[in-house]
Amino acid sequence: MLTRREALLGAAGFFAARAGAQPPGSAGASGGNEVLAALPGKKPLIQRAFRPPNFETPLADLAPLYTDNSLFFVRYHLPNIPRVDAASWRLEVGGPSAQRTLALSLRELKSNFERVSLVAVQQCSGNRRGLFSPRVPGVQWANGAMGNARWTGVRLRDVLRKAGVAADALEVVFNGADTPLLPGTPDFVKSLPIERALDENTLIAFEMNGQPLPHWNGAPARLVVPGWTGTYWVKHLTEIRVQPAAFDGFWMKSAYRIPTGAFATARFVSQETPETTPITEMVVNSLITSPAPAKRLPRGAPAHLAGKAWDAGAGIAAVEVSLDGRQSWREAKLGREVGRFAWREFELPLDTSGSGRLEIAVRARSRNGAIQPDKLTPNPSGYHDNIVQTVSVEVA
Amino acid sequence: MRRAALALAGVGLVLALALCTAPLNAAEITELKDAPGRDLTVGRCIICHSVEYIPSNAPAMNRGAWQKSIQKMKDKFGAPITDEEARKILDYLDANYSGKSG
Repeated sequence: MLTRREALLGAAGFFAARAGAQPPGSAGASGGNEVLAALPGKKPLIQRAFRPPNFETPLADLAPLYTDNSLFFVRYHLPNIPRVDAASWRLEVGGPSAQRTLALSLRELKSNFERVSLVAVQQCSGNRRGLFSPRVPGVQWANGAMGNARWTGVRLRDVLRKAGVAADALEVVFNGADTPLLPGTPDFVKSLPIERALDENTLIAFEMNGQPLPHWNGAPARLVVPGWTGTYWVKHLTEIRVQPAAFDGFWMKSAYRIPTGAFATARFVSQETPETTPITEMVVNSLITSPAPAKRLPRGAPAHLAGKAWDAGAGIAAVEVSLDGRQSWREAKLGREVGRFAWREFELPLDTSGSGRLEIAVRARSRNGAIQPDKLTPNPSGYHDNIVQTVSVEVA
Repeated sequence: MRRAALALAGVGLVLALALCTAPLNAAEITELKDAPGRDLTVGRCIICHSVEYIPSNAPAMNRGAWQKSIQKMKDKFGAPITDEEARKILDYLDANYSGKSG
């Protein structure tokens, strides 16, 4: 039966239904009754919050190598999200450590700089927060605040060099067209260390999987910071400022922070304090997409384990699978590598000759030697959940 | 028959209302538990965000965590909530959405 909200969503031109599938490892942590709802131009996604819109991709839709634009997760902090008119849109580039000020139209951005494409995973910092134990507050994401796409745009560094980067540049600050409703709410503004901003892989992207960016994923242009968590991938980009001092906005100083030294990820020195530091790179991780949790596999029928593994750009060395309670591990077959920032597919045939419960554990190993741990590293915002995932299925 | 016609008219009204409001408003109908303080809580929270966050965060919350959350909305996000309203909202949230064990 439809709830009143679902009926209204339907009436307003939205498709809504109950999602039945539980993500692996969730054990009901994120609640059973998930609502699937479609934003305009999107297919139904799991609705974590309607306003600001926070929608995650259902597990089954993470199975393809490239996540479909219409199924890619949506994450916003602020309620005012204008539909940006691409024709009148301008990207302003300047700041105290820039030698010139630019105001680029979309046409200028596309034609005045070399066009580049790369495949990269985008993952929300808080992906899997809803699976954290003990539970922590925030958007209660399961596994789907992530996706893998081919991003096309221009190098941020080419644009910055056109503006001229002064020797004293320390951080580059990014603002998008979304705004708060109340005057007292801090605008969503992020910064990167100058070195990361000048990295050849940091892009201003205007296409995703060969199509213009969908509105809900940052049209007409967004930042793409391969290897770093989604919080830096500022959508609807309008302003880039190069500055000689650490940016002191709320979303850098008070949000998206982890305990200093708790994770072996890139440092963000100009924003670091003895206690906390901004989240930066993703940690090595994997996701089981098949079999779905609690699935029954027919005895004797062919079946296989499949999923994705990724890290911050070193690349995946191996994905190991245990079927005996983590006593012994064997290597899954890896799919082709489509880029070091992309996720890597893995697969392993499952033996269904005997009936009973099959407990499957999966861990990915990065080329830099990092491996998924058994235990969570506690942190107040529930970031970096990369513990070994398990899925339990019945062979009968 | 008359009842069916009324029901149809009701559906029509709901449809009309839904179609003439912005789609983003549609989800704000999320129902919170009916208890003292609900209307105040909904009224203040929905200025900036829909209220799914309240039930979805309940397993992570206790009185202290709700107190911190309300304070953050006031101090960091500029939510227009008086101290007296904050107390009422805290009582409502703690009584109905504190699900953290231990």
